[in-house]
Amino acid sequence: MTSFQLTPEPIQPLFLDGNGAGGFVEFQGRVRDHNEGQAVIALEYEAFDDMAVSEGQRLVDEASQKFGLLNAHVVHRTGKLDLGECAVWIGVSAAHRREAFAGCEYIIDELKKRVPIWKKEHYLGGESRWIGCGDSEVAP
Amino acid sequence: MKVRVRYFAALREQTGIHEEVRETAGPTAQELYEEIRSEYGVRLSLRVVRSSVNGEFVAHDHGLSEGDEVVFIPPVAGG
Repeated sequence: MTSFQLTPEPIQPLFLDGNGAGGFVEFQGRVRDHNEGQAVIALEYEAFDDMAVSEGQRLVDEASQKFGLLNAHVVHRTGKLDLGECAVWIGVSAAHRREAFAGCEYIIDELKKRVPIWKKEHYLGGESRWIGCGDSEVAP
Repeated sequence: MKVRVRYFAALREQTGIHEEVRETAGPTAQELYEEIRSEYGVRLSLRVVRSSVNGEFVAHDHGLSEGDEVVFIPPVAGG
């Protein structure tokens, strides 16, 4: 079983079953209070919903195939999040731990590269910016 | 030809709109993006965005068709 969901509500982790699963690896990405030397007070996530779900589903299916996973589920938040909140939850199970760890890491690494979800950081000083869209990456 | 363009995140803020149906002379995604950049003064260059048409990533030189839904994807940052 695989799934990829977006939600504007606080994430409720899914609990995976299956007697064939000897390893279950869970990852939570949480809102941190600093980034690159700046004090962060909140994060805002925006998604291109349809495509985030289709690309995200493609990713979990690919990971499932590549690592022989039994289950691979992702839930990603949208909207404004406070410090400490869970922004993304990933749960992966496999017959053995090695595949479960590797599959979980692959999913979060690839999610950050190719699923159309954006993150805006809000700073203590009142400024905010979209991550990855800064001045070094804009044309003159 | 008319296409529907939707804007997200940094591009939504830089254009000031969520979406529009626009008449375009540009036969490819790249030319449409350059039209939009100059019209709205968008700062993100083509080099850092990805093109998508009808929910799938495409190359910037992908040919557009009447009624396509085009979304230019700014650098993503999920997780």
